[in-house]
Amino acid sequence: MNDAELWTLFLNATLVNNFVLAYFLGICPFLGVSAQLQSAGRMGLAVTFVMLVASLCAWAIDRLLGVIGAEYLSLISYIVVIASAVQLVEMFVRKTSPALFKALGIFLPLITTNCAILAVALFQSRRDYGLVEGLVFAFGAGAGFTLALVLMAGMRERLRLVDVPDPVRGVAVTLVLAGILSLAFTGFAGIGEAT
Amino acid sequence: MNWPEVEVADSIPATERENGPERLRAGLWRENPILVQALGMCPVLAVSNTAVNALTMSLATASVLLASAIVISSLRSIIPQQVRLACFVLIIATFVTLTDMLIEAFALELHRALGAFLLLIVVNCMILSRIEITASRQPVSVAALDALGTGAGFALGLVTLGSLREVLGRGTLFGSQVMPENFEPWHVMQLPGGGFFTLAALVIGFTLLDRRMRRREVNT
Repeated sequence: MNDAELWTLFLNATLVNNFVLAYFLGICPFLGVSAQLQSAGRMGLAVTFVMLVASLCAWAIDRLLGVIGAEYLSLISYIVVIASAVQLVEMFVRKTSPALFKALGIFLPLITTNCAILAVALFQSRRDYGLVEGLVFAFGAGAGFTLALVLMAGMRERLRLVDVPDPVRGVAVTLVLAGILSLAFTGFAGIGEAT
Repeated sequence: MNWPEVEVADSIPATERENGPERLRAGLWRENPILVQALGMCPVLAVSNTAVNALTMSLATASVLLASAIVISSLRSIIPQQVRLACFVLIIATFVTLTDMLIEAFALELHRALGAFLLLIVVNCMILSRIEITASRQPVSVAALDALGTGAGFALGLVTLGSLREVLGRGTLFGSQVMPENFEPWHVMQLPGGGFFTLAALVIGFTLLDRRMRRREVNT
């Protein structure tokens, strides 16, 4: 795959098929952590990071299971290996870079097997991405997630100043906001091919 | 949530062992996973664009929940406390793989339509929360009824969502035309944005209805 194709892949995962707004993946953290701009940014960073780890693990698992002919174990292996890899990386980061650990730390255990993370692994193996394509895809997906989360946090910070009717408060108004954001993102359709 | 116990309170003793039927009802309405708890929506909203997809997805989720609740509840004294989450996830993942294979074997079309979302049931937070709260602590009968109630409530919410999106977005229901010929489909309902809007509308409707019912109970 050449650079242009990789760039298309990245844009596709970030804007056109945004994980949150087009595939509804990672809705739980999206609704839960998007109330404050700062924590939304950190959460996005942590998710991108774990997605890269997951993509790497999934690639290795696919090769390994392909050799021993046990593809039916892929789902179980993804979960176990991704969760343990994230724990290992977490320990490593804690020793080597306390500042980075402080920024990502509390979010890492929350997202190890979040649906968006597992989806990176599953989509990658279904579409037969190679190692580089997989990493680019994971990075794009993470960037898209961060973008959606940060935009949402900005909107919700404004929302605090507005008088929302009582029965709409809470989940419902957040969903309406997400819907509007998702509609705005459909404007990107046509940049890359739909997958 | 400390809502007043309604009608069931009189007929069912509040002992832990016997609250199975109440758990069944709670999952359906009072603690409905989609409309009240907003749980487990991630792998599910994406396939709620038609009623058939929504029904398959909710049946698959409910059966995984029921099977893993029964297994985990019967193994609850063996599973060590420290690694319980890992054990739960392994058991759930096994049932999800089984369900995926079954659907692939008997309904290939549906399997294609649902794609990777079927496997994503494994990280559905609703399942893990039911397992952690009920199945890992209660006898099999209570756990099974609780799983049934939650599964049914989940299906109720999801199929309503899928039907609404299909009727308004395509003019059909379960694939057959229900709207008049000259009805112009609202394409936005088929887009992801429409999914968010429909769910928001359902949550608002549910909240209003639930309040009204409780007000009536207080009055009588």
